[in-house]
Amino acid sequence: MSLKALDYESLNENVKNCQYAVRGELYLRASELQKEGKKIIFTNVGNPHALGQKPLTFPRQVVALCQAPFLLDDPNIGMIFPADAIARAKHYLSLTSGGLGAYSDSRGIPGVRKEVAEFIERRDGYPSDPELIFLTDGASKGVMQILNCVIRGQKDGILVPVPQYPLYSATISLLGGTLVPYYLEESENWGLDVNNLRQSVAQARSQGITVRAMVIINPGNPTGQCLSESNLREILRFCCDERLVLLGDEVYQQNIYQDERPFISSKKVLMDMGAPFSKEVQLISFHTVSKGYWGECGQRGGYFEMTNIPPRTVEEIYKVASIALSPNVSAQIFMGLMVSPPKPGDISYDQFIRESKGILESLRRRARMMTDGFNSCKNVVCNFTEGAMYSFPQIKLPSKAIQAAKQAGKVPDVFYCLKLLEATGISTVPGSGFGQKEGVFHLRTTILPAEEEMPEIMDSFKKFNDEFMSQYGDNFVYSRM
Amino acid sequence: MRRFLINQAKGLVDHSRRQHHKSPSFLSPQSRPLASPASASLVSLSRFFSSTSDMSASDSTSSLPVTVDSINPKVLKCEYAVRGEIVNIAQKLQEDLKANKDAYPFDEIIYCNIGNPQSLGQLPIRFFREVLALCDHSSLLDESETHGLFSIDSIDRAWKILDQIPGRATGAYSHSQGIKGLRDVIAAGIEARDGFPADPNDIFLTDGASPAVHMMMQLLLSSEKDGILCPIPQYPLYSASIALHGGSLVPYYLDEATGWGLEISDLKKQLEEARSKGIAVRALVVINPGNPTGQVLAEENQRDIVNFCKQEGLVLLADEVYQENVYVPDKKFHSFKKVARSLGYGEKDISLVSFQSVSKGYYGECGKRGGYMEVTGFTSDVREQIYKMASVNLCSNISGQILASLVMSPPKPGDDSYDSYMAERDGILSSMAKRAKTLEDALNSLEGVTCNRAEGAMYLFPRISLPQKAIEAAEAEKTAPDAFYCKRLLNATGVVVVPGSGFGQVPGTWHFRCTILPQEDKIPAIVNRLTEFHKSFMDEFRD
Repeated sequence: MSLKALDYESLNENVKNCQYAVRGELYLRASELQKEGKKIIFTNVGNPHALGQKPLTFPRQVVALCQAPFLLDDPNIGMIFPADAIARAKHYLSLTSGGLGAYSDSRGIPGVRKEVAEFIERRDGYPSDPELIFLTDGASKGVMQILNCVIRGQKDGILVPVPQYPLYSATISLLGGTLVPYYLEESENWGLDVNNLRQSVAQARSQGITVRAMVIINPGNPTGQCLSESNLREILRFCCDERLVLLGDEVYQQNIYQDERPFISSKKVLMDMGAPFSKEVQLISFHTVSKGYWGECGQRGGYFEMTNIPPRTVEEIYKVASIALSPNVSAQIFMGLMVSPPKPGDISYDQFIRESKGILESLRRRARMMTDGFNSCKNVVCNFTEGAMYSFPQIKLPSKAIQAAKQAGKVPDVFYCLKLLEATGISTVPGSGFGQKEGVFHLRTTILPAEEEMPEIMDSFKKFNDEFMSQYGDNFVYSRM
Repeated sequence: MRRFLINQAKGLVDHSRRQHHKSPSFLSPQSRPLASPASASLVSLSRFFSSTSDMSASDSTSSLPVTVDSINPKVLKCEYAVRGEIVNIAQKLQEDLKANKDAYPFDEIIYCNIGNPQSLGQLPIRFFREVLALCDHSSLLDESETHGLFSIDSIDRAWKILDQIPGRATGAYSHSQGIKGLRDVIAAGIEARDGFPADPNDIFLTDGASPAVHMMMQLLLSSEKDGILCPIPQYPLYSASIALHGGSLVPYYLDEATGWGLEISDLKKQLEEARSKGIAVRALVVINPGNPTGQVLAEENQRDIVNFCKQEGLVLLADEVYQENVYVPDKKFHSFKKVARSLGYGEKDISLVSFQSVSKGYYGECGKRGGYMEVTGFTSDVREQIYKMASVNLCSNISGQILASLVMSPPKPGDDSYDSYMAERDGILSSMAKRAKTLEDALNSLEGVTCNRAEGAMYLFPRISLPQKAIEAAEAEKTAPDAFYCKRLLNATGVVVVPGSGFGQVPGTWHFRCTILPQEDKIPAIVNRLTEFHKSFMDEFRD
């Protein structure tokens, strides 16, 4: 009898081909070890609350009240909820069409989208149209929706940075498109060179690929680099010349750990450039409640803003959004709160600022601690984490280690990371999951473990690494310190 | 003209088949040429805009990468009438109503197009919301005042749930299948419902049932050569997701004359016809209770379906989101898993995916986006692929996961909230049954309208026999006849319903789908307006 429908052989090849290392082999092995009782430090995914970061108080108060609106009728409610949280809950409930339990507009609650537009305008100094802002169940869903529109078939190419967050490679794979890599320069703090871009595009075209879009992740993931204004201008000019739609993944815009290059949105730079660019370049910008100092990954809240996308295309994107009916309403309220947080004078303002600052300042310290820690290790060099939530050290694996990996049937950085996991319980993601130059190996870890635990974690890593390098060493030692 | 009408009516169903006829080869995405004539211009456009940077401003729209002429044709092809044209018209009307109250014979728009109970006044189940609020803001559990505001068992349940979440962190990404402890509870709930065990590892919690359906379609469909058997009429998530994932919809017709019964002989016939055209039929979708049709399958019918899938090597995709919406004493919901296991079929015998949601039932929590699929009867290498797909999105929203576990394990006799919970639940369900009957009777009293009873779900799907004059008037407006009727209905009454063509129907028949969800006090007015409108419509167009 012929193959059954769910036999492995008859599955969609695109599914089989796609990879998502963030929850791949290392994570699964770590989960197994955890079940066996080993203490695991999960640094494989940017998941702050899982590593002890507390949720901000104010948004949780507001959403709890929205969950249980009957509380608002209770005369004692003012005893456990501050008045501004109560007022804000009433405000968001009035914007919904039946509370948290009703499907909203498929693009998201109009009132919340208006708040997002106002936020964007305050941030950039240019008006933003709520009709061109769609809320989504996490930024990832938005990315998938947009790529689904852009990719028609295998001949369509998407420019993606290497290293990249593997949502992009996985989605392009699932949709049957082609990933066109452009390499970031590790020796230039993961800088973006427009010449690399041109080279990648030319090569793709020579293979019959139509390059349709370019992804930038700013601040970068896993690399953390913050793009300079001039870099952004170059990129936008490039997209204009090459007729590419720019997908600006800006989910880490609140995570900036140096002052030389503050965050500037792609939209602001585009508008600053004026005509013809500001009217011609198609841009889609993504943001989320999962990162920043909010870290509300489990809510699944995000949005994308469209710039210079023709109305009929917007309609089609809306149509696809409507099939999923609506994004979850709780997360939409989180998004509203994120873009319009407590203001000076509000009852909850001081607590909110204290909590937020505490998180951001600690992240800044941890970014430094981790970078320095890695740089003190044998054969490890690590660029500074300028932004985002990750450290992406380069591990210069000796040839004996690479041999051992081959014999074990593993990619060299996977081999290293598995050994690291087994020795220390530190669960990372091998650099091969993000892409890297041939023969160069990295791992990605987050800067999220609690600050008190950082020294011990870095010591544990150093001990493992230096022993590993001795075991497999060919007497070559390189350290940046 | 008749050909035009038939084409209009068959549009949804046959579109994918016609595409199939046009494309010469379906071997793999790599070797497949672009299917439709329009694609020839796509290719030339792409060569045009990729080559040069010195384009004139007037050409700029056609050279931009993302225009409607250059986006993924599968996106253009898919349709979703539930939030389609008629809703856009209604929203514009609603805006205008604010400014020009006196211009209309009604004072509000009533949205009967979508199963969205809480937008029409249905209240959430209090116990569920208590637990969710406590989980969202768990420091409440440390406050003494909390005990005056929340029921004892909701506090208890919140503690239990938080203890199952690592670090009690409801803001963290969970396991990609959903929090293990919650899946344990859901599996226990499934077992209590069916009398057969469920494995938490078979459960994938998703942002509503819809993303789970998409995952399965993605897994099963490689090209237009892969087909999915779908009921006609169907909930257009299926037709849309099949189109989006590039597969073929293979229709099987439910029989209106026998209360929307499902005939195995028709299934067989459609299957064989599809296969003879070179389509590999991969799965059978059954919606039980049905949407838009509302029928609850008889157990014997379900056994036939299970046997059919086993014999033909099809995955059974069982959409069971309305499992708690059954309004008639002579029918009962039986899950397909129970039916399959009762027949003695185990993991090695049949591939079955069952979908459940928090959006329907008596809880109606659409905006929470909670749901799951239970996947049984497949090998571990396939399971890995499903897990991988789930992992790319990391996880579904935690609040929705918690709610799914509550729905599958509500308060029990003896629990503090049990009595009030049961009162809320029974109140909602009995009211739905009453509204279903009232609207059904009202529709059946209209000239030329027959309406099967809503045995379950949330909809009525009456058939309207439109006079020839009406059909001609529709054609003159370049609208499908049922859409013409629905637009007239909207303009006269403010009631929004969805034309039957959005769900599929036997060519030459016309229907519309109307929900039973407006609150009871609005029903008489709706019935009156509908009756008046229909009479004047028939007066205008009667042959």
